[in-house]
Amino acid sequence: MSTGNMNLTLKVWRQKNNNTKGALVDYKLSGISPDMSFLEMFDVLNEQLINTGEEPVVFDHDCREGICGMCSMFINGRPHGPKDLVTTCQLHMRSFKDGDTIVVEPWRAAAFPVVKDLTVDRSAFDRVISAGGFISVNTGNAQDANNLPIPKMQADAAFEAAACIGCGACVATCKNASAMLFVSAKISQLALLPQGQPERYRRVQSMVAQMDAEGFGNCTNTGACEAECPKGISLENIARMNRDFATAKFISEETV
Amino acid sequence: MSDINSNIPEGELTSKWTKYKSSVPLVNPSNKRTIEVIIVGSGLAGASAAATLAEMGYKVKCFCFQDSPRRAHSIAAQGGINAAKNYQNDGDSVYRLFYDTIKGGDYRAREANVHRLAEVSANIIDQCVAQGVPLAREYGGLLDNRSFGGTQVQRTFYAAGQTGQQLLLGAYSALERQIGMGKVEMYTRHEMLEVVKIDGKARGIIARNLITGEIERHFGHAVVLGTGGYGNVFYLSTNAMGSNVTAAWKAHKQGAYFANPCYTQIHPTCIPVSGDHQSKLTLMSESLRNDGRIWVPKKKDDNRKASEIPEDERDYYLERRYPAFGNLVPRDVASRAAKERCDAGYGVGTSKLAVYLDFKANTERYGRIEASKAGNHNPDKETCMRLGTAVIKEKYGNLFDMYAQITGENPYETPMRIYPAVHYTMGGLWVDYNLMTSVPGLYCTGEANFSDHGANRLGASALMQGLADGYFVLPYTIGSYLSKEISVKAISTDHPAFVEAEERAVGILNTLINIKGTKSVDHFHKRLGHIMWEKCGMARNEQGLKEAIEEIRALRAEFWSNVRVPGVANELNTELEKAGRVADFIELGELMCIDALNRNESCGGHFREEYQTEEGEALRDDENYAYVAAWEFKEGVNFDLHKEELKFENIKVAQRSYK
Repeated sequence: MSTGNMNLTLKVWRQKNNNTKGALVDYKLSGISPDMSFLEMFDVLNEQLINTGEEPVVFDHDCREGICGMCSMFINGRPHGPKDLVTTCQLHMRSFKDGDTIVVEPWRAAAFPVVKDLTVDRSAFDRVISAGGFISVNTGNAQDANNLPIPKMQADAAFEAAACIGCGACVATCKNASAMLFVSAKISQLALLPQGQPERYRRVQSMVAQMDAEGFGNCTNTGACEAECPKGISLENIARMNRDFATAKFISEETV
Repeated sequence: MSDINSNIPEGELTSKWTKYKSSVPLVNPSNKRTIEVIIVGSGLAGASAAATLAEMGYKVKCFCFQDSPRRAHSIAAQGGINAAKNYQNDGDSVYRLFYDTIKGGDYRAREANVHRLAEVSANIIDQCVAQGVPLAREYGGLLDNRSFGGTQVQRTFYAAGQTGQQLLLGAYSALERQIGMGKVEMYTRHEMLEVVKIDGKARGIIARNLITGEIERHFGHAVVLGTGGYGNVFYLSTNAMGSNVTAAWKAHKQGAYFANPCYTQIHPTCIPVSGDHQSKLTLMSESLRNDGRIWVPKKKDDNRKASEIPEDERDYYLERRYPAFGNLVPRDVASRAAKERCDAGYGVGTSKLAVYLDFKANTERYGRIEASKAGNHNPDKETCMRLGTAVIKEKYGNLFDMYAQITGENPYETPMRIYPAVHYTMGGLWVDYNLMTSVPGLYCTGEANFSDHGANRLGASALMQGLADGYFVLPYTIGSYLSKEISVKAISTDHPAFVEAEERAVGILNTLINIKGTKSVDHFHKRLGHIMWEKCGMARNEQGLKEAIEEIRALRAEFWSNVRVPGVANELNTELEKAGRVADFIELGELMCIDALNRNESCGGHFREEYQTEEGEALRDDENYAYVAAWEFKEGVNFDLHKEELKFENIKVAQRSYK
């Protein structure tokens, strides 16, 4: 039941490390099953490389169920490949045809330097969160959870923004390598909730400042990020962030 | 019969923890600033502990192998988190959560730990909501609950099918806040390779920077392992690809006892294996059993499509066998029942190793309610299905999408095909009431320890335990140890113990690189997984376990003489990382079989075919096996058994029944 009959040509980006130049290398694969995930197809490639004494292709992956946000392949010019609302690990080979040539590259952005082959460094995202993507509440200070009713619509909207997996597809697909969708999703989640109000305007200023410091580009409203986001994070979040950022400049007494 | 001390405080069960908290020695703020704590792992147990200890004033270093602490595998937990809030007014209480957990664990967990877990459960929900975790709410703005297996109350809080993600992002944001303040030093893409012991106490770790391959020494007054479970010993499991036992196993080799390794949880509702290429299995949340009915055809080898099998030719075997709990029996019971039907020839799908999980009846029921709300009191079937599908979509949309992606089938139209798969490990490093292992100063939290779930974990209790340990238990208990360490100055990492530990770690890496054999790491991992699944999986017997032990020993010898690890040690080398992990899994696999062979009874997830009731239920032997099996590592991969007797003073031990 597992033996497949798809033959593929892969053009995979190989780069030893951040100090060396990379290049696309061709590989032929056969016997691929349409039931394999895209990463399982890469497992087959790597097994083949190891058996012939070559070094396997290094790529980030972990949960393989579309939630950890670690997988990050730029496939035929699209982050996470040809299907909408799907991460690379959930993309299956039935989305390709026998005889296809598939080009696989890493995320490309100045703020995401290549580490090796298809693996990039996304620690800039963590630094943006640590600049303000939280509510300042220490453990042990919380009141009873139901003392704070939150309208369902509002809670659902916050959840939708919070569904971001931090994969970086938005940055990879943006011609400006902007991180606005990622940053605004976290800002929106907290801005939509009553718990997030006390730090709302301070937060937006700190996080935007860190985003700029990391070298992410500006937003020019092309909307590619929303189109390619595997979790369907909406552009509305960017609008909300911009509104809050502007408001912060007027009303906030603290400048961060 | 106990020869190890679990340090359970004296007194009434219900007041032990309160008394402990108010009498535990404290560390004053200025001393906290000079005390360093190392935390390995950044999932719910690790991140919550790291954030909380830093808030309290300790100097914290936190390590994870992923590129960001937000990606730890807690992120993938789907269904929910239990808490004894009784928001639904359905009779829930701390005692009931305690009782359900002990019973669910088939009377193989420690009463005092479980009661403490139930006590702090409510605080977790409060804490997470305060952090801005968007848990599901009702129209009145209050928190919503759903049902999970093994309980008759609704105490499970959730965020669609992504509860773990939302809770972990909450803990991660608390952690990032402390990182931003400079109170936690975060080491991503680092793997712990050794525990460093000085004068018998844990004093640090050896870690490998996975990007540069550099070996680093880190000192800590105490070390906490929140490194998750070891389900990947089976190769195929619902764990992430990187989930591993290495940190816990290295600690075990340095003297930390490993408890109940044979207690593994096989989750009943996973997407079945589709072929040899499969790299991992995907869970379909237990919450689906709220609204899905499990069935197989009444006729053997029935090859008709599900939709062509009429209602009276379907066997809803869980509802038939367990009328009181029906589709919501605990996981071990549901898994065994599915295996029984498939082994008897009633399985479905091409492999015949699957059963149906069918949402049709409840979709229609929801549709009827929705139609009623809109004033249509006599809706036709099509209207009901259309409206009901929208309700199902809101509740489980992401799970249904995932199923469609993986199988290529539309679960809104045809029933899901599901089969049990390895999901969680109840066993882990032995810890006392303080969550300290048998090595002083070495703590273990979350799935990596053995403490709260006995022989079977109830659904939605893993998130509860991880966060309970990290937010509310460890921060207190570690203080009792650290209060005695305030005069210890930071020890230089030039200390011979660090040098020696580093040599051990480097020695293993070099050996692996230099074997230059002919088979890949995955080749060995798959073979190990096959042995474990066939002989130490859902059902075990004496003969199979004895064979497994021999086969694993042979596999270990072959691995160390014929594994091929390409590349070098001083750069990013994912094959080298995997090789080290698989080497540890092979040793652990042997211990799991030894433990399963030792335990001549069936309990929870440990089912020995020789010990079952006439109806095929697990048959415990309380007289001889009401103990925790804590194994000590001995030179040359040998193990000595220590026993911690389990005393049940507040609960009547009985044959578990869900009928």
